Amino acid sequence: MTISTSTELICFLILSSVIVSGGLGVVLIENIVYSAFLLGGVFMSVAGLYLLLNASFVAAAQVLVYVGAVNVLILFAIMLVNKKEVMKPIKGLKLRKFFSGCVCAGLLALLFRVNIITNWATPGPQAIGEIATERIGEHLFTDYLLPFELASVLLLMAMIGAIVLARRDVISIELETTKSIQENIINNSTDNVLLNQSND
Amino acid sequence: MFNSQELIPLNAYLLIASILFCIGVWGLINSRNAVRVLMSIELMLNAVNINLMAFSSYIDGNLIRGQVFTVFVITVAAAEAAVGLAILLSLYRNRTTVDMESFNLLKW
Repeated sequence: MTISTSTELICFLILSSVIVSGGLGVVLIENIVYSAFLLGGVFMSVAGLYLLLNASFVAAAQVLVYVGAVNVLILFAIMLVNKKEVMKPIKGLKLRKFFSGCVCAGLLALLFRVNIITNWATPGPQAIGEIATERIGEHLFTDYLLPFELASVLLLMAMIGAIVLARRDVISIELETTKSIQENIINNSTDNVLLNQSND
Repeated sequence: MFNSQELIPLNAYLLIASILFCIGVWGLINSRNAVRVLMSIELMLNAVNINLMAFSSYIDGNLIRGQVFTVFVITVAAAEAAVGLAILLSLYRNRTTVDMESFNLLKW
C-alpha cells in the first residue's frame, strides 16, 4: 500500500465518521444553534468526499452554496425565531420515536442489503479526473441546456417567492383588524401614508 | 463482496449515503422544531448527492452525468431552503411558535 492510497483511505474514514456523527448530532442535540453548526461541518465533509471522488468543481459548488448560503440562511432563521419555548408534552412521544426509529432502521437494513448483494459494474470506464469541470460545462451547454435555463427561472421564482412570503405585509395585517395591532402600527409608524391608510 | 481492485469500493460511499439518508428521515419525522425539519431535508438531499457523485465517478467516469445532476440538485436545494425558511418566518409571525405539533392549519 503506497502512501497516497493509505492517505486516501484515512481521509475517507475521517470524513465518513464526521458525516455520520455530525448527522446524528444535527438530529439529536437539543440546542438548535449547535446543530446548525454541526450541519455546516457535515456539508464540509461531504465536499471532502467529492474531492476524493475527483470532482473539484462540485466540491467548490457544495462549499459555496451549502456552507456559504444555505447554512448561513438557516442560522439567520434560527436567530430570527430564537425564543426559548417549552414544547408542550405529547402523549406517547417516546413510543412514536421508537417506532419511527424501527422504520428507519428497517429502511437502513434494506438499503444495506441492496448495496451489498448487487453486482455493481465496477470498474467502469476510466475516470476523466481533472477535466471534469470542462466536461460539466460541455454538458450544461449542449444536452442539459434546457434544465440549465429552467434552473435560472426556478431561482428567480424562488427569490421572488421568498421575498413575497417573508415581507411584513402591513395592509394584510390591517385587513385582519384587531384593534391592538392597528394601534401598534399607528404608534410605530412615522410615515404619513400608513396613518392615512389606517384612518380610512 | 468488495471489489479489491479499487482501494475504496463503491459500496463504502453507498453505505455512508444510506446512513445519512436514514438519519435525515428519522429527523424529519421526529423533530418538533421547524428549523430542524429543514435541516433534516438538507441532510437527505446531501445523501442523494453522495450517491449520484459516487455512481458518476465509478460507473460513468467518462461522461460524468451524475455530477451535472448534482449541480442541479444543489440549485434546487438552495431554492428550497430559501422558500422554506420564508414560509417558516411567516408561520412564526402568525403563530409565534416553531413547534411542528401546533401547525395544524390544514386539519379539519
